[in-house]
Amino acid sequence: MNEQAAKAGANRMTYREACRQAIREALTNDPRTFLMGEDVGLYGGCYAVSKGLLDEFGPQRVRDTPLAEATFVGAGIGAAMAGLRPIVEIMTCNFSLLALDQIMNNAATIPHMSGGQFAVPLVIRMATGAGRQLAAQHSHSLEGWFAHIPGLKVLAPGTIEDARFMLKAALTDPNPVMIFEHIVLYNAEGELDPDVIHVDIANARIRRSGRDVSILTYGNSLPKCLAAAETLAADGIEAEVVDLRVLRPLDNATIFESVARTRRCVIVDEGWKSGSISAEIAARLSEDLFFELDAPIRRICSREVPIPYAAHMEEAALPQTRQIVDAARSLVKPQ
Amino acid sequence: MPSLGADMESGKLVHWLVKPGSVVRKGDVVAVVETHKGAFEIEVFEEGVISELCAKEGEELPVGAPLARLAKLGEAPPAAPPKAPEAAPKVIQVSAPAPVVETERATETPASPSVTQPASRLRVTPVARRRAGELGIGLDALKGTGIDGSVTLADVHLAIAKGVSSKAPSPAAVPTARRKGFDPDEMRQAIAAAMSRSKREIPHYYLTSTIDMSRSLAWLETFNKQHKPEERLLPAVLLLKATALALRKNPQLNGFWENGRFRPSDGIHIGWAISLRGGGLIAPAIHEVDNHSLPSLMGALHDLVGRARRGGIRGSEMMDPTFTITSLGDRGAESALGVIYPPQVAILGFGRVFKRPWVVDEQVTARPLLTASLAADHRASDGHVGGLFLAAVDRFLQEPETL
Amino acid sequence: MSQKPHLDRESGRHLFKQMMRIRRFEAKCAELYQAQKIRGFLHLYDGEEAVAVGVMQALDDRDAVVATYRDHGHALARGLPMGTLMAEMYGKVEGCSRGRGGSMHFFDRARRFYGGNAIVGGGLPLAIGIAMADKQLSPGAVTACFFGEGAASEGAFHESMNLAKLWNLPVLFVCENNLYAMGMPLELAEAETDISRKAAAYRTPSEAVDGMNPIAVEAAATRAVASIRSGNGPYFLECRTYRFRAHSMFDTQLYRTREEIGLWRERDPLPRMQKWLEETHMLSPQEVRDIEADVEAEIGEAVAFAERGQWEKIENLERFVLMDEVPE
Repeated sequence: MNEQAAKAGANRMTYREACRQAIREALTNDPRTFLMGEDVGLYGGCYAVSKGLLDEFGPQRVRDTPLAEATFVGAGIGAAMAGLRPIVEIMTCNFSLLALDQIMNNAATIPHMSGGQFAVPLVIRMATGAGRQLAAQHSHSLEGWFAHIPGLKVLAPGTIEDARFMLKAALTDPNPVMIFEHIVLYNAEGELDPDVIHVDIANARIRRSGRDVSILTYGNSLPKCLAAAETLAADGIEAEVVDLRVLRPLDNATIFESVARTRRCVIVDEGWKSGSISAEIAARLSEDLFFELDAPIRRICSREVPIPYAAHMEEAALPQTRQIVDAARSLVKPQ
Repeated sequence: MPSLGADMESGKLVHWLVKPGSVVRKGDVVAVVETHKGAFEIEVFEEGVISELCAKEGEELPVGAPLARLAKLGEAPPAAPPKAPEAAPKVIQVSAPAPVVETERATETPASPSVTQPASRLRVTPVARRRAGELGIGLDALKGTGIDGSVTLADVHLAIAKGVSSKAPSPAAVPTARRKGFDPDEMRQAIAAAMSRSKREIPHYYLTSTIDMSRSLAWLETFNKQHKPEERLLPAVLLLKATALALRKNPQLNGFWENGRFRPSDGIHIGWAISLRGGGLIAPAIHEVDNHSLPSLMGALHDLVGRARRGGIRGSEMMDPTFTITSLGDRGAESALGVIYPPQVAILGFGRVFKRPWVVDEQVTARPLLTASLAADHRASDGHVGGLFLAAVDRFLQEPETL
Repeated sequence: MSQKPHLDRESGRHLFKQMMRIRRFEAKCAELYQAQKIRGFLHLYDGEEAVAVGVMQALDDRDAVVATYRDHGHALARGLPMGTLMAEMYGKVEGCSRGRGGSMHFFDRARRFYGGNAIVGGGLPLAIGIAMADKQLSPGAVTACFFGEGAASEGAFHESMNLAKLWNLPVLFVCENNLYAMGMPLELAEAETDISRKAAAYRTPSEAVDGMNPIAVEAAATRAVASIRSGNGPYFLECRTYRFRAHSMFDTQLYRTREEIGLWRERDPLPRMQKWLEETHMLSPQEVRDIEADVEAEIGEAVAFAERGQWEKIENLERFVLMDEVPE
């Protein structure tokens, strides 16, 4: 094996491994950082993200908690206020509802409510999304809800690179940052650019350029949109795929710039359509970009149903590539 | 009436426990007030003598209204009512916009609905509607090709290419069906609208430069001798390419003035003004001119002119130009000071090439000279930029082999 | 630090004066509320002063405090300047939370005062985290977490009690049992009305103490803090107390009788303390009047400070929603 190939091999990894390396790096670099959550230690993480880290760092740094989301999330907030840099893992975003009080009423409010005396430099990671037949209490996409709340930052890594480096940026941020890792992406594999060791948590990214229609998306819908863009290209339609990455605060500049250029927009969001982040973006476009639009905005979201168990029903409930292709085509070539 | 809660707006005085002349001490209960939460005992915070009961039993009073007046102990009740209690803290006023005066609307005679309501609403996308308005294109004359039959930006631009303008149709034209294809009268209307807007809104500035074309023409002659007739180039492609490369260096001239500011364009798409045989003028785009080789540019130009004269221009080609060239060619005048096509911010005019006296190495000699005239939008750029741009065009035309 | 409170003249006067500061300050607050100078919710601590005053005596500067929405007493006893508290209730930018918190949300970083929390039980998990951080960064520091007996019904209470002991954290749980969660009587809310017994389920030492007696509270808190500082993990203190006034200003108190309030009034810590100090000749009537005058002067200055204060500029409305940096 030549040197280049060896190097390429070292940089090829799964999204899960990228998350794990990010946590390992954080624990290595800052003694104030620790990982806390249900089954993060002995069990190795529900999705095996933290597997092996307990042996490396010990039970003070990789801390198993009882099933007490309100308190271990609240403890993360308190610890962050008092000088530590915790990473709190919530097993799935459905369980985050047990800690919603702490996230909303404490983490998001205290910096402002204290007149800027206390910051909450906390990272909360959780698994989100559907596609593994886990049914209606383990499959939802609640990142859009959290993106409603001032005082939080909400991240949705959709690439291996973001899985690897967003955590570092989140830990250096003085605010509570929530990272939503998609359960289907954990097994996704990809190559890391060895020159990239840092990503921002402020901007959306154009993952594919095109002039005919902008497809805005994030998380596990990103690969679906990229596949849709491939199909559209064969049909002579150049779709631009924008990875939102950061759901709060939304990067208006990148979104507006893209849509102002293509004048057509499809938003793909695994959350439900009603009151979703896709609704927010569509509203902003119609508020601020109305006179640039050359077609109605289209949204592809999950069907309004608790995510069902059976595979065919689950598939029917989620945004699929074919729908994205159809929506984009209908805007560019209506006939 | 004391405020007992954030959501209390008023209270009803149920009964008094004191009467004028009663001596009260701090903490004494003086009255009972009924609210939506129930009955409360009202205490006083100062000692003194009740000099006057302002509220009657059974009376509903807003928060802040005086219930009674209190005099200091040993003080005669004042003849005149004492000054009003201190005002409540001022609510911070978030500055509100001045109320919209609607007198104009109010005095307008409402139009009869049957006149103003179209039978079925024309679907026009927001950007198409805006652009049509800017160019003075009437919407009802347009055929929509967008989603649900909507008129899109491309349809508006296609209409200009076809010379459609029904902004102010003559009364005679109304009953007749809309004419298909090219109509010189309507094109005249469209040009009139766009050019009027340009002169109305755009503060043009003009710069002129004389360019020695001997090197370019000599290079072209050599090139053409070495190639088959169908591969030969016209001087126009040298002008196009030199302009594109100069725009690359001066991007302030390549783009659009929109919503009160300049938006540069990523690509250099030059509109080439083509006069149509039936009269009128269009300037469809050649895309990414700076990335073309000269032969490929020749092909693109040839194709464009051919389609323009056959009526085969696509709407997108009409809306894409980021800059326009008007070249008068062999039969034209000396120079062309153009009118900018909005929302572009510049137009470059090339006159006819004349042989004229020119000073080279302190000697007067005859040279083929070309006058290049830039008209640019002073909102988007200044004369300095225009000067640099013209100098760059000249420089590229002196090195035709690099184009 | 000694485990026994100093029952000398100085500490007796101190306890008395602190309680009087709270009592008189809040009487002024009620007046200013009715005059609409203070708005929002106003929860008075009237009757419970001995708890905050007694517990704070056992703490020092390195310790942290997590308070409830009935936080005037905690803040004054912890040493937050009265003027900044009054300014906060006026909504002025000079307030201890720059006018963003109001009566229920006093904060003071310098005094490790982690806020009045207006979610019942909401502060308990914070205390766990603060104690985790202290254990690593500031060993020996104690986090005193105040909450009412109503919080004992919340899940967060049980989760926090469990984690504190499980991880052996330096937390002093102070339950201010005033018998009513707003209008909900204890016996209608809890299967086990002896709150202090709940700590046993979490293997945490606990004590129930007369919350109307500052000396008893101080003594118990001092014992508790000593136990925590010596590394024994959390300690639970139930202070049995009573609020004389309504839950908040807008409350007609349908849930309790005048007779009951009257009975508790007889145990009012302020006159009791005054009587005791006078009988033991630690305090003369003239000294009482001097203390009253001091307190009234302090309140007058606090009101003047608040009146003089400025409104936060509206252009700063969104300041601190996201922080630019972690304050040092």
